[in-house]
Parts: sequence; C-alpha cells; structure tokens
Amino acid sequence: MSGKFSMVAAINRAIDEAMAEDEGVILLGEDVAAKQGGGVFKISSGLTEKYGEHRIRATPISEQAIMGACVGAALAGFRPIAEIMLMNFVTVAMDQIVNHAAKLRFMSGGQTNVPLVIRTTTGVGVGFGGQHSDMLEAWFAHVPGLKIVTPSNPADAQGLMRSAIACNDPVIFIENILCYGMMAEAPEAGHRVPLGKAAVTREGRDCSIVTYGRTVIDAVTVADQLAEEGISVEVIDLRTIAPYDEETVVASVRKTGRAVVLHEAVKAYGTGAEISARLHEALFNELKAPVQRIGGAFSAVPMANALEQAWIPTKDGIKAAVRTTMSWKA
Amino acid sequence: MTIDRDKLLDIYTRTMKVARADEKFRGLLAGGSLAVIYYTVRGQELVSAAMMAALEPSDYLVTTYRGQHDQIAKGVPLGPLFAEIAGKATGTCKGKGGSMHITHPDSGVMVTTGVVGSGLPIANGLALASQNRGDGRVTVTCFGDGATNIGAFHEAMNMAQLWKLPVIFFCQNNRYGEHTAFADHTKVESVVARAAAYGMKGVQVDGNDAEAMYTVAKEAVDRARAGEGPTLIEAMCYRMMGHFFGADFSYMPKEHLTEMAAADPLPRLRKLMLDYQFTEGELDAIVAGIDAGVDAAWTFAVESPFPDTSEIRKDVFEEEIVA
Repeated sequence: MSGKFSMVAAINRAIDEAMAEDEGVILLGEDVAAKQGGGVFKISSGLTEKYGEHRIRATPISEQAIMGACVGAALAGFRPIAEIMLMNFVTVAMDQIVNHAAKLRFMSGGQTNVPLVIRTTTGVGVGFGGQHSDMLEAWFAHVPGLKIVTPSNPADAQGLMRSAIACNDPVIFIENILCYGMMAEAPEAGHRVPLGKAAVTREGRDCSIVTYGRTVIDAVTVADQLAEEGISVEVIDLRTIAPYDEETVVASVRKTGRAVVLHEAVKAYGTGAEISARLHEALFNELKAPVQRIGGAFSAVPMANALEQAWIPTKDGIKAAVRTTMSWKA
Repeated sequence: MTIDRDKLLDIYTRTMKVARADEKFRGLLAGGSLAVIYYTVRGQELVSAAMMAALEPSDYLVTTYRGQHDQIAKGVPLGPLFAEIAGKATGTCKGKGGSMHITHPDSGVMVTTGVVGSGLPIANGLALASQNRGDGRVTVTCFGDGATNIGAFHEAMNMAQLWKLPVIFFCQNNRYGEHTAFADHTKVESVVARAAAYGMKGVQVDGNDAEAMYTVAKEAVDRARAGEGPTLIEAMCYRMMGHFFGADFSYMPKEHLTEMAAADPLPRLRKLMLDYQFTEGELDAIVAGIDAGVDAAWTFAVESPFPDTSEIRKDVFEEEIVA
C-alpha cells in the first residue's frame, strides 16, 4: 500500500495482516461482522468476507461474555481481539479483565497466559457526555499484568496493533474517536512498533511535554507556537502508557530540566501523577522546576460544547504550564 | 445395572480419592497443622467423579474455589495439588495461586476462579477455540446454585447456545449459596428451568445416584462432542458442612440436615458397588491404596520448600519485572 491512509484503515490493515498469518487471531464484538456492517466504526470492514464468521464473531450486547470468551480462547492458545465499542462499556467487563486476564499468568505460576487485545475507543470533544467519553487508562495501569497502548497517528496505530496482537500478555488498545479520520502516509506492510518504546516526536532543549494519544497533536502545535517565542519544547509520545518507557522520559527531562505531563483523562490520580512522581524521584536535584500536570477537570465529561471545551486540556493551558516551568524561581 | 462395571469402578475410585483427600484436609485443619481457607467438598464427591469419568483427559475444565473434588476427579496429581494449597514451590502454581486458583493444563484444569460465576464466560472461550480448531474437545464449567443469579451466568448461557459451543454448564446444586438457601435467593423452582430461557437443553438429575449422574453426564458430553451444542446439567446434591471449613452452619434447618444425612453419597455408592458384585475386600483395598497416595502427597507437600521471594517479579508479564 502506498499513499495516505486513515487511522481506521491502519487498524483494519494490522488486524487483516495478523489474521492472514495466524488462524488463532479472531475478533469478537458487537456488530463487527459483515452482516452488521463491519462494526460501528467500520474497523472490521471486509474481514468477514476474507476470514469467515467463525473468526469475525458478532456478539450479543454482553461485555462480560465477550471478554470471558476472549480470555478462554486465549488460554487455549488463540490470539483473540475483543472489541468493546466504547471505553466506558469496559466497566461492565472489569471482573474478566482485572481478576482474570491480568492475573491468570501469575496465579497459575506461568502455566497459562492470556494473549488478548482489548480494542476500545473513546474521546472528549464530540458531545457524547459522561458515559461515552472517558479515558480510563489509569484504572488499568494500576493493575499488574496489563499493558496499555494508545496510538497518536495512523502509522503507529498499525505498528502498535501488530505488536499488541503478537504480545503474549493482555493489551488494552485505546483508540480516540477524534483521530479516526486522521490521514497519514501508510507504512510498509508488516510494520511494527515495539511495545514499551516511546517516540521523541519533536526534539527540543528547554522543556519536555510527556503525553500520549490525541493530545500529542496538541503538544506538537504548542511546541510550534512556543518556538516562535524562543522556547524549545521536546514532545515525548509514550505510545505504551503502561509499562511506560521510563528511560526515554528520564533522558529527555534530564536534558531539558523541565517537564509537563499531559493527558485527556481526569488529572486527579491520573497517570500524570505517577510519571511526575517518578521524575521527581529520579531527577529531584536536576529539575529546574516542579513537574507540571495537565488533565481533564474533576467532573463527569459534560455534554454541552461550551462545558466540554472548558473541561478538556487546552493549548493555552499547555502553553501556560510550559511557561510556568520556564519562569520558575527556586 | 445400567452402566458398565469398569466405568462404575472408575467412578468409585475417583469418588474415594476426593473423599479421602477431603477428610485428610479437614483433619489437618482441625489439628492445626494447616492454616488456610478451605472450602470442603464433603457431600459433592460423587457428582464430580461421575461427571469427570465421562470426559477425556484432554477435555477442559473450569471450576471454582470449592473445586478440589473437580480437580482431583479430573486428574490433578495429589502431590502438586497439596503442595499448592500449602503454599509450596512445588505446587501446581508454584504456590502463587492456592486452593482457589488451582491450574493444571496437563489434566485439562485451565482455570479455578475465586469469583462466583466468572468461569462460565471463560469456558465459552475454551469451547470456541475447540470449535474453530475442530479438535473435538469438550469444556465443562462447574458452579453452584448460588452462581445462577449473577449476570455472567446469563450472558454465558445465551452466547453458548447462540454459537452451539461444545460446553457443559455443570451446576452442582448443593442447595445453599454461601449461607442462603435456594428458595431464599430465587423464585425459580429449579436451576434447570432457566435453560429454556436460552433455548438450551437442560437436565436435572439426582447427583448422588451414580448410574443416573454418569448417564446424564455422558449424554451431554456426547452431544457436545458431536457438535450438537451445550447442555445445562443441574446435579442435585448437598453441601454437608459449612460454607468453608470451620464455618457455622446452624442456619441449616433440622429437616435439611436429616435429609442431607440420608442422601450421603458415600454409603450409597458403596452399596451400589456391592450390588455390582464388587466385594468388601476389593473396595477396602482400593481405599487403602488411595490413603497411601494421600499420605505420600501430604508428606511431599510438607517437605517441599517455600517459594523464593523473587517469584513476585515473575509471571506478572512474560518478561520478568526489573527489581
């Protein structure tokens, strides 16, 4: 494939490639088969025709049963992909994810493992309100045994999805609805991005913005704007949220001496708190300012656009946080 | 005589292995030489033995925290099983799971869960893998009557029937969900009545009747293996002690206790064995052999080392956690 392709096409392509290589790769989820149109967001479009309804299984609206079936198939050596349409619906399947998928390798003493990918989408900014918009990555990051991945661009989506399917442990793959239409140059077939490796999306000298997913785009825009003021911002895209690439993050902040951790999820108790704490532990004497955190407000995601835009981290807010680190007086 | 004599002997051997191991554990707990949470299987020995006798060793099993009867009857070796319960490095799960999380894929025991109802959706996944592979395996998932009011039961039953999965939902109706009697947790007359809600075949059986229990189990296994879909089996039995070892069960009415004692599967099975022309001497010799194995397994567990603390960093992910 050459030319530009969308985030949706990237994810579809990665799943298609993996299914062509391995009979054990199956997809379960609501509406995912051809008969239902290939999924609400068309991620599985065209796959039923190629691989059959026994591998692309449209399910009842039964998140516990979807997740449990994927856990069981994974235990039997399959590499199932569970599509949970929206991230808030993952809460219905929490027992299977937290008590089973995450822990069975450990509790069995390594006799079994759960090579499962949980695909789910979410995002603030489209007026879906409190039960269709949350980023819940911090909940899962707190559970030993789960890996969490989120792409910020189509090429990474393809490469991270291939690596997630190949991973022998459960991976939660978070997509952002607002990024689905994003277009970019398609990478080569078989492209993979390793789990646990961050990308230095933009190099800089003065302050590091550590982020992931959709807010990478905002961070890059802010970096461009601040460059005009003579502030050189480095942007780190974690790509894997947990376990994250601490080496790359620490190396960046050691160089710049300043950091802002940015995410769309609620700021309080978010992953930014963990990353900030670890940066202070590792670099306390080298930091030129305390690490700043930016995240969503402490409320349910509101519906009204005026409220939603006030809830979500803004470019002005990110700029202000960078300036705070730049002007800090010890 | 409605079942094969050799099959009955097989059921008897499995039953007594479960029974003698359970008695051993209760003795150890009562005597203070073991201090762990233990959900005794007294009263449910036969239901499990007859079900597992209808399976192949390669068939899958998913069970629950009250699962020692299922695990032993399915073939988990006693040494690693006891070592696991005692938290030893030689246990089935290196001491990292314990009695509520026994796993032994070599015997087909893929998951033991401590969460009520959670095994049913997982069993569907194992069965789905078998269906796609066409490997002919059957998956059995065990649970109590208490699990039939949780959402996972209903979601799993519906999906299994929808996809005609080779799975058997094996409800051991021991009449109590923890401390709550069946009639106090649902207005449905029986568990098996719920099968109709999913268009599934359901069979209720006196689980303490070895011939009937085995016949029902075998038919469900044959159906699943032939691709004819799942069965809900409701095996009526009794939990002859408290929810866990040492727990009070004074909430059980006197009539229930009387009924329960009369239904004890062990003397009933012994009588059936004599009807099938086995001699007292043959049966005693079988039990003596089992007891020797049980004692040897416990000695193995006691003499085994505790796990190294580095195990905390292993098996979280495929790669070890950096200390």
